[in-house]
Amino acid sequence: MTALSMFEKIWRAHEVMPETAETPAVLYIDLHLVHEVTSPQAFTLLRGRGISVRRPDRTLATLDHSTPTDPQQVFGGVPIRIESAARQVAELERNAAEFGIDLLGLKDERRGIVHIIGPELGATQPGMTIVCGDSHTSTHGAFGTFAFGIGTTEVGHVLATQCLLQRKPKTLAVEVSGRLAAAVGAKDLVLAIIGQIGVAGGAGQVIEYCGEAIRGLSMDERMTVCNMSIEAGARAGMIAPDETTFEYLRGRARAPVGAAWERALDDWRRLPGDVGVAFDSAVTLNAGLVEPMISYGTNPGMVVPIGGRIPQREDEAFLKALRYMGFEPGEVLAGKRVDVVFIGSCTNSRLSDLRAAADLLRDRKVARGVRMLVVPGSQQVKRAAEAEGLHDVFTAAGAEWRESGCSMCIGMNGDTAAAGHYVVSTSNRNFEGRQGQGARTLLASPATAAAAAVTGRITDPRELMA
Amino acid sequence: MQAIHHIRSRTVVLPATDVDTDQIIPARFLTTTSRDGLGRALFADWRFDANGNPRPDFVLNRPEAAGCAILVAGRNFGCGSSREHAPWALHDFGIRAVISTAIADIFFNNSLKNGLLPVLVDEGTHGWLLAHPGAAVEIDVEATTVTLPGGRCVKFPLEVFARHCLVHGVDELGYLLSRASAIDAWERAPTR
Repeated sequence: MTALSMFEKIWRAHEVMPETAETPAVLYIDLHLVHEVTSPQAFTLLRGRGISVRRPDRTLATLDHSTPTDPQQVFGGVPIRIESAARQVAELERNAAEFGIDLLGLKDERRGIVHIIGPELGATQPGMTIVCGDSHTSTHGAFGTFAFGIGTTEVGHVLATQCLLQRKPKTLAVEVSGRLAAAVGAKDLVLAIIGQIGVAGGAGQVIEYCGEAIRGLSMDERMTVCNMSIEAGARAGMIAPDETTFEYLRGRARAPVGAAWERALDDWRRLPGDVGVAFDSAVTLNAGLVEPMISYGTNPGMVVPIGGRIPQREDEAFLKALRYMGFEPGEVLAGKRVDVVFIGSCTNSRLSDLRAAADLLRDRKVARGVRMLVVPGSQQVKRAAEAEGLHDVFTAAGAEWRESGCSMCIGMNGDTAAAGHYVVSTSNRNFEGRQGQGARTLLASPATAAAAAVTGRITDPRELMA
Repeated sequence: MQAIHHIRSRTVVLPATDVDTDQIIPARFLTTTSRDGLGRALFADWRFDANGNPRPDFVLNRPEAAGCAILVAGRNFGCGSSREHAPWALHDFGIRAVISTAIADIFFNNSLKNGLLPVLVDEGTHGWLLAHPGAAVEIDVEATTVTLPGGRCVKFPLEVFARHCLVHGVDELGYLLSRASAIDAWERAPTR
C-alpha cells in the first residue's frame, strides 16, 4: 500500500466526490468559522436565493476583526465609534439569528479572535477540514487539520452546501531539527522559515512542519508557526497530532467526552503520515541556529536576526520597501527608535505569549514616549491572564490592557498607529499601511516586543533577561 | 455569472513584486456589508495622497490608463489576506484580467469567481509586457491564449473546470447544490 501523508489521509476522508480530469473534488468541510467582515455578502447571497445554512451545527461565528477593544465600547454602553463597523456587528447578529448559527456575541465570555477561540473551545480537532473567510485559518493546522482561508463567495458555498470545490494541492515538508535556544520562540522560528523560503516559498502548497524542534513545541507555539504559513504563500500548514495535542484538547468545551473521546483518540493516533511518505518538495532548518528575529521591510520574508544588519540589495522592490520603512541597506536595526508596541493578534495573543511579555515588563516601565497596547486573543485568555495578575504587570508598566479582538494587527476598529511611527508588533503582517496609513511595522516575538517597550529601542530581549 | 470569452484591451503595468491585498484595498474599506462600489478604494494609498488628492505619477492615475482592462503585475500579485474585496475592487474599477508570472493562491481563486481572469505567463512574455505598457493584448479564455501585438500567441494554464465556468457562465454554487444527494449520502455514511 502507498504510504500516505497526513494531508492525504484527511483529504481522502473528506472527498464527497473525488476530482476528475474535468472537475475538482467536492470536499466536505467539518467546521466553518465565520466573522463579521467577510461574511455579510455571503449571507446576502443566500437570502437572495432563498437558501438556508445546511449545517448550522458545523458553523461557529464570532466578532473580532472590526470589533472594538475599548472596554467602554464593549461593555460600558458606549456605542461602537466606527459606524460602519457597528453595522457589520449588527449585521452578523441579525444573520446568525436568522440562519440559526451560534454567535459568540460582543459581550459573550467565550468571544475572541476566530483562530484563538476554535482551539480554545475544543471545536478544532485533529483530522478535520476547517475553513474561514480569513487567511490565517492555517492556524488550526497545528492540531493536524487541513485548515485554510477562503473568500466570501466560498463562504457562501460552505454555508449553503458544507462543501467546497477543490483541486488537491501539492505538499511541502518543512523539517526543523534540533531545539530552539533559550529565549528564542516559535515566532522567531516561523519568521526564520519565511526568511529562508520566501513569501511565495510555499505558494499554493500544504506545508507539513515536522522534526524534533516541532515535536518539542507547545500547542500555543505550534499555532504560531502554522498561523504564518500563509505568509509563505501556502494554502495551509499542519503538524501531526500527538500527546501534546491530546492533552491540550482533553476537557475543552466542545471536545468529545467518555467513550467518544476514546474513539476520537484512536482515530487521531492514525492521522500522522505513514513511514516513508514522499512530499512534493522539502526544506530543512536547524532550530538551534535560530535567533530572535525582526522584520525590517514590508513583507514577512524581509527579516533578520535582531543583532543583524539589513541586507545590501539594489532591486527596486527592496529599495521601495526600505524607503517606506525609513531604513538604509546595511543598517543595524538594534537601537533604532520605537513609537508603539503591540502585543496581540491570532499569531501571538495566547496566554503563553502574554506571560512572555509580562516576564520582561515585571517591575519595569514602558519607556517614555512609547505607547504599548496589550490585546488578549480572547475573553478567556483575558480572564486567565487577569487571574495570574498579568494585567497588573502591564498596567503598572504603563501599557493599555484591552478587550479581545484583532485590533492593531489589521487596524479596522480604530486601533491604529500614526504615519511614520515604528510599531514593534507580535502580529503577522508588515505590509505598507497595515497598522495605519503610513505606519511602519516591525514583526517580532512577544519577548522582543516587550523588550522594545522597556527601552524604547529595538532591543535583543536576551539583554533584559540576564 | 456572466460568460467571458475574450478580453481585448490595452495594458496598464504595475511592475512591483509581492503586491499584497492590503495595498489593493486597505482594511479600513472592509467595514462594508456590500460588494459594490469598491473601485473607489482600489490601491487607495497608492492612488491618493493623505489629503485624498490623486497622485499624478501613479500608473492608474495616468490618462493612458483610462479604459485599460488588463493589468500586468509583478510576481506574487495578491499575496496576504483572503479579502475578496480585492478582486471586487479591481473588477469595479474596470480590470478584467491580471497577467503575472505568479499570482497568490487565495486571490487567484477569488478572482476566478468574480469574472477577473488570472493569467500566468513565462518570464520572457512577462518581461516584454512590462517593457511595453499600453500594448494592445487579446486574451482568449476558451483557447487559453494571450495574443500580443504583432500576433505572437502565448498559452496560459487554466484549470479546466474554472475555464468551463468562465466560458459558459456556470454558477459554482448551483453546481455544488446540484450535488446535494452525494453530500447527503456522505453525511449519512456509517463511519460518521
